[in-house]
Amino acid sequence: MASVSFKAATRIYPGSTTPAVNSLDLEIADGEFLVLVGPSGCGKSTSLRMLAGLEEVNEGAIFIGDRDVTDVAPKDRDIAMVFQNYALYPHMSVAENMGFALKIAGVDKAEIAQRVQEAAKILDLEPYLSRKPKALSGGQRQRVAMGRAIVRNPQVFLMDEPLSNLDAKLRVQTRTQIAALQQRLGVTTVYVTHDQTEAMTMGDRVAVLKDGFLQQCATPQELYDRPINAFVAGFIGSPAMNLVEARIDGDGVKIGDGHVKLSDDVLSDARSQGLETITFGFRPEDTEVSGEGFSMHVNIVESLGADGYVYGDVPDASGNAHQITVRTDGRNIPRRGENIRLQVTGGHTHAFNPATGLRLGN
Amino acid sequence: MAFQVVAAPIEPDLLFLPWEQPLEEWPDDATVALPKGISRHIVRFVRLNSVVYAIKETEQHVAQQEYELLNRLIRRGVPCVEPVGIISGRTTPDGDELPAALVTQHLQFSLPFRALFSSTLRPDTTERLLDALALLLVRLHLVGFYWGDCSLSNTLFRRDAGAFAAYLVDAETGDFQAQLSEGQRNYDVDLAVTNATGELMDLESAGLLHETIEPISTGEKIRHRYERLWDAITKPLVMRPDERFKLDERMRSLNDMGFDVAEMLTTTPLHPADDGIRIVMTPKVVDAGHHARRLIRLTGLDVEENQARSLLNDLDQFRVHLKIPLEDEELVAHRWVSEKFEPVLALVPREMRGKLEPAEIYHEILQHRWFMSERAGRDVGRKKAAEDYVKNVLARKPEERAIIGTSQDQDIEHTQEMRLVFPDTTAEFDSNN
Repeated sequence: MASVSFKAATRIYPGSTTPAVNSLDLEIADGEFLVLVGPSGCGKSTSLRMLAGLEEVNEGAIFIGDRDVTDVAPKDRDIAMVFQNYALYPHMSVAENMGFALKIAGVDKAEIAQRVQEAAKILDLEPYLSRKPKALSGGQRQRVAMGRAIVRNPQVFLMDEPLSNLDAKLRVQTRTQIAALQQRLGVTTVYVTHDQTEAMTMGDRVAVLKDGFLQQCATPQELYDRPINAFVAGFIGSPAMNLVEARIDGDGVKIGDGHVKLSDDVLSDARSQGLETITFGFRPEDTEVSGEGFSMHVNIVESLGADGYVYGDVPDASGNAHQITVRTDGRNIPRRGENIRLQVTGGHTHAFNPATGLRLGN
Repeated sequence: MAFQVVAAPIEPDLLFLPWEQPLEEWPDDATVALPKGISRHIVRFVRLNSVVYAIKETEQHVAQQEYELLNRLIRRGVPCVEPVGIISGRTTPDGDELPAALVTQHLQFSLPFRALFSSTLRPDTTERLLDALALLLVRLHLVGFYWGDCSLSNTLFRRDAGAFAAYLVDAETGDFQAQLSEGQRNYDVDLAVTNATGELMDLESAGLLHETIEPISTGEKIRHRYERLWDAITKPLVMRPDERFKLDERMRSLNDMGFDVAEMLTTTPLHPADDGIRIVMTPKVVDAGHHARRLIRLTGLDVEENQARSLLNDLDQFRVHLKIPLEDEELVAHRWVSEKFEPVLALVPREMRGKLEPAEIYHEILQHRWFMSERAGRDVGRKKAAEDYVKNVLARKPEERAIIGTSQDQDIEHTQEMRLVFPDTTAEFDSNN
């Protein structure tokens, strides 16, 4: 097992001037489950492929443990792509299915048997080692496929969107399994997904990328509570955070006919940066319909049982209507066409520089 | 049911298949006998108006992506199955949602590799399959396609004048890039070697592999073949200005391997040893199918590369025999089709025409004539060779027009590779913790 470091690692595709991955600095601790997430084209898969050795590193370096692997061939990096091969061979026993890649690699029989035995123990497959895959349940077969990666005793597991082919229900079940298994094994794992929910539920830490740049790498809680910029704020969380251009007004911002108080550190940051308007953010779940606060005209309502979602608009700093999403109690949803008053609860407000997108205050 | 169809002009009968039922539950009379494996996705085959279609149930975005990738591969001239369409928005009569379905046209006269093992795979057949697979991988890499799951199971093979031509069947894990890095190519080859070796090991366990074939060294041959081919095609040519013959040689050897060169990238670095200028030429935009394209231009016959080579040889001999100069090649081609190709095939009884492709039959008759003539010590002639071939060779061959499994369904059931299913297993796994 080992840590992984990207040191100002850059990948520029031939014929392109903008890097697909731009000077990526990332330290992944030994045993950590790190998720790379971002929209299509953000550089997450390229980063993973750079670590795997499938993609040239044009500038910078990549380390696995203390070893500079920047120019090391993929097969000599001591990594394993999990789920690269789903096929189970029907005439081979479970043990043979798990160990066949080691056999190809020329590992001796006793060593293969020992590693397969160890992996089977971790995966609760010991009683089935001499059986054929046909005799296994679906879940057991899936563990055999995981076992193939485990028997290689790699320093790092890599997974590139392993759940993208599954339907929503199976995706949820399988991600729980993968997370549980990674915890048991304690092998450093780098996992790529475009799905922020998957990232937030699986990762010890989540690295958010956009346009080849790392935006923020932090625990899921930190990303949720303190997004470093407006992009991360809008990308993490579902439904997305409301982000409105708002004018600073005394000790807070003016939203429509209302006023929302901001903390002193935000205000002092805004003042020192000479800002008159800021990008004001609040999450749909951090709002409360009450008699006070700013008013919103309700356009659409959705009832989901326990919760309800209300969509409406408020005027932004330039007076244009800006759509807002609000989560409410499912038993007490406002009606369409109604005007309601909203408050942001618990002081969970966020503020960003509208030009740079960077977070203001703590 | 309001399903949507994304498709090129489509066989109307496809729309009347029981889309409101899960593929797994389609009645047997709607489908062709198929090798029913345990699949990540369910795949079934239907025959409509003598064309066989493969239908794969999968997530909408996966189907969409694969449909687009296959179309791009076809536009780039890489052999793969032809995408027909995507059926989405499927619901059961009770309103339950069903997955989308990707429809591809099954390749006529193609053989899954397991069907080629129905008796046990002979060493020379294995070599030819691996050759075909390596060539397919090279062609995919030349156009910037990373396969990600190259295996014998994900490939269909068509007979090609005694060899095989390989077609990509499953593009689900694939990805197009401007240019593949060496690491990506090598990794793709690694996957192909690992998968093919696993498949051979499995056949060995089933007692279906010829005893002289050793899976690990045999699988590794894919890498050697791939590397040799890749180097031969992409390696830069270094020559002095007075060495034009080297360029001609190179072009000829690429043509012989079936590749056309559309463009040469030229650089002229000064050579440090300084005995003059060196020209470095790198073949660019190489395209396979040199002979096949020449044959189709001359005759309109669309056949595989080696078949084209064999037919062109016959055409050349015909021209020499008639003492017609090379400039009139197109004229000769027309006469060859009407005086040789068509009359010879007309000797094959209609009921035997589904056994092999016409070009393959013609090629085999050419070979048969050669063998018969050698035995007789004189040329036996086309007609006699064709008649003898039909009676003694073709009559004993199985029909290969639409083989999906082997003729022994039972065998295929047992040799079909299993792919993973992801059922509800969280509870089971957790309870074992």
